[in-house]
Amino acid sequence: MENEAGALSRVAGLFSARGYNIESLSVAPTEDPTLSRMTIVTVGSDEVVEQVTKQLNKLIEVVKIIDLNDGSHIERELMLVKVRAAGSSDREEIKRLTEIFRGCIIDVTDKSYTIELTGTSSKLDAFLEAVERSAVLETVRTGASGIGRGEWTLKV
Amino acid sequence: MSVELTGAEITIRCLQEEGVQCIFGYPGGAVLFIYDELFKQDKVRHILVRHEQAAIHAADGYARSSNHVGVALVTSGPGVTNAVTGIATAYMDSIPMVVISGQVPTNAIGLDAFQEVDTVGITRPCVKHNFLVKDISELAVTIKKAFYIASTGRPGPVLVDIPKDVTQQKAKFEYPNKVSMRSYNPVTKGHTRQIRKAAELILSAKRPMIYAGGGVILSNAASQLTELTQLLNFPCTNTLMGLGGYPATDKQSLGMLGMHGTYEANMAMQYCDVLVAVGARFDDRVIGNPKHFFNENRKIVHIDIDPSSISKRVKVDIPIVGDVLDVLKELTKLLKESKEKPDHTALKEWWKQIDLWRERDCLKFDRDSKIIKPQKVIETLFDVTKGDAFITSDVGQHQMWAAQFYKFDKPRRWINSGGLGTMGFGMPAAMGVQLANPKGKVACITGEASIQMCIQELSTCKQYKLPLKIINLNNRYMGMVRQWQEFFHGNRYAESYMNALPDFVKLAESYGHVGIKIEQPGDVEGALKEAFKRKDQLVFMDFITDQTENVFPMVPGGKGLSEMILV
Repeated sequence: MENEAGALSRVAGLFSARGYNIESLSVAPTEDPTLSRMTIVTVGSDEVVEQVTKQLNKLIEVVKIIDLNDGSHIERELMLVKVRAAGSSDREEIKRLTEIFRGCIIDVTDKSYTIELTGTSSKLDAFLEAVERSAVLETVRTGASGIGRGEWTLKV
Repeated sequence: MSVELTGAEITIRCLQEEGVQCIFGYPGGAVLFIYDELFKQDKVRHILVRHEQAAIHAADGYARSSNHVGVALVTSGPGVTNAVTGIATAYMDSIPMVVISGQVPTNAIGLDAFQEVDTVGITRPCVKHNFLVKDISELAVTIKKAFYIASTGRPGPVLVDIPKDVTQQKAKFEYPNKVSMRSYNPVTKGHTRQIRKAAELILSAKRPMIYAGGGVILSNAASQLTELTQLLNFPCTNTLMGLGGYPATDKQSLGMLGMHGTYEANMAMQYCDVLVAVGARFDDRVIGNPKHFFNENRKIVHIDIDPSSISKRVKVDIPIVGDVLDVLKELTKLLKESKEKPDHTALKEWWKQIDLWRERDCLKFDRDSKIIKPQKVIETLFDVTKGDAFITSDVGQHQMWAAQFYKFDKPRRWINSGGLGTMGFGMPAAMGVQLANPKGKVACITGEASIQMCIQELSTCKQYKLPLKIINLNNRYMGMVRQWQEFFHGNRYAESYMNALPDFVKLAESYGHVGIKIEQPGDVEGALKEAFKRKDQLVFMDFITDQTENVFPMVPGGKGLSEMILV
C-alpha cells in the first residue's frame, strides 16, 4: 500500500467496521520508500475472506493484495521473551531450550534472560509452552510476516 | 512561469477548472480565506444554506439530478460534524461529491484547538476517500484527485480537509489535466467471456427477470437497459434507487421490488429461472432474508462495477465486473448477433403467470375514502405534473408511496435517500435539484416528521427564490414507525405520535412562502394545480391524511420475498 499517513487506520477501521477479525497485522516500508507492505492474518470462511480481499482492494491506498494461502508460502514472526533465570539449573535449561528452538539470548542479568526467537507463530507458541509458565516475565511479538515461495512475488 | 497563488485562491481556481458552477456551504473561521476568494470571483456560485447537513444534501440532489459532481464547503469542527449525516447519505447511495472542509492551522492540529475535530478520522468510514492537505504544493493535485476518485468507478463522496494556514500560504498554481494513481484503476469494461456466458444463459431462460438498481442511473444506462429489456421481451423490476432506469409506465415494468415492492415483482424475483441483476446489490430491503430468497432452480447474472457487491449477500453464477453501460452495450450487441432467440413460447407462459400475479392489484386502496389517502395525493401529483417532475422525498411511508405511485419514466427524476434512510434529506436535496434544473418542476414529498428535520431550509429557498412544491403528507405520526409498532409491537405507539405540530401554513408564510392546508379529498387536485401554477413561488401543501393508512405490500424483516403481507 501507499506509505502514507492514515493508510494503516483505513485498514484497521475497515476490519472493525465490517466485523472481520485481525489475528495479527505487521507493517513497515519496503525497499521502495513510497510503499509499505502489510501482512494481515485473519480467519473466516471462504466467503468472508473473499469479501475482506474485495473490501481491502477498494481502499484507494491499497495497491495490491495477495492471499498467501493461494500458494505455498513462508511466514515468520519475531518474539522477544523475558524469562526468569535465577538458579544455575534454570539458566542451563533455558539456554538449552533456546538452542533447540534456534533462538538466541540477547540480554542477560543475574535474574533474567531475554530471548529472541523467530519462526511461525505456532513455533513461538510451542516455545512458550515449553518454558515453565511462571518463568515467563514478558513477551512481545510482531505478528506474522509472509512471503510466497520460489518465484512467486508480490511486486508493484 | 506561473504566478504564485494562495491556497484559498488555488482552491477556487481548481473548482473553476473542474467546471463547477454551484457549490453549497456555510462559512466559519477555518474557511474564511476561501470565502474571501469566492467573494472576489463570479464563476462559482455559492448557495448559503442554514445548516451544513443541508449543504451536503443539496450538493447531493444537485449531483443526482444532473450527473455533475456535487460540491460543498464547510468549516472545521461542528461544520464537519453537521455534514457527516449528509456525507454518509451520499456514500450509501454512491453519489459523486467533493466536500471541502476547513481545518485548524497545521501547528494547532492535535492540540484540541477551537473548532478542531479529527475530520479525516470522523469521516473515514463514510467517504470513498479523504485527504488532509498539509503541504500547499499538494493542494491542486489533491483536489484533482478528489474529483477523479469521486466521479469514476463506483462513485462516492471524497473529502478534502484544508488547514487554515495552507489557505494563506502561496504556491505556483498548475492544475493537472490528468491524474494517474497506481493504486486506483477502476475497471470499466466487462470480461467478454463472462458477457458471452451471460448471453447464452439469458437466451436459455424460460422464466427470466431483469432486476435493475441505482447503478443503471449512475452509469447513465437507462436507455441501454430499456433497449435490452424490450429486445428480449423480459419483465423488469427496479429497486428504490433504480426507479426511472426503466420506464415505469411500460407494460414490461413490474414496478418496484423489495420490502414494499409489488406482488408481481417480488413473486417474479422469487420464481424466475434466470435473474439478471444490473447495478444492484441484493440488499436486505430488496431481497429480505437471503436464505428464504435462495432458489436452486434460479441462475443469476450480476453486473456491477464494484466487485465487493458481487456475491456479498447472494452467491451468483455469472459475475460481470464492469461499468453497467459498457456491459449492457456489449451484451445487447451479442444478443442481436446471436442466431438463438429467446424462447417465445416459454416467455408467453411466463407473462401469463405474471399477469395473474398482477391481478392481485397489490397497490389497491380505498379511492372513495372521505379522508385524504396519501396514495391518492401522489397519483394526482403524477397526473398534474404529467409524470415529468423531479421528485425528492424524505424517509418513511410517504417515501414508499411516492416510489409506488409516481411512475418514473426517466432516470435522475427520483431523488431519495435509499441506503442510509436519512430523514431531512428531501427539502435540501430538492434545492440542489432546482438549482441544477432551473426550469424543472421540483416537488418534495415529505411527512410532518421528516420535514421538521431540515425545516430551516425554507429560509434558503426564500433567499434564492427556489419555487419548490412541498407535499407534506401529514398524518400526525412517524408513519413507518407507527406501522411497525402496529404490526410487530402490539399497537404500542411509543413516541411515534407527532404532538405539538406547528401550523405549517403560517410557518411557510413566515418565511415568505405560500402555504395551503388541504383537508378534503375533493380539494387535492385543485391545490396541486394551483401550486404548480405558481411558477415562481415555493408552495407548502399540508395534506391532512388518513392517520392509520399502512404501506402494502410488506415483506416483514427476516422473511422472504414471497411472504408478503398484502392489503
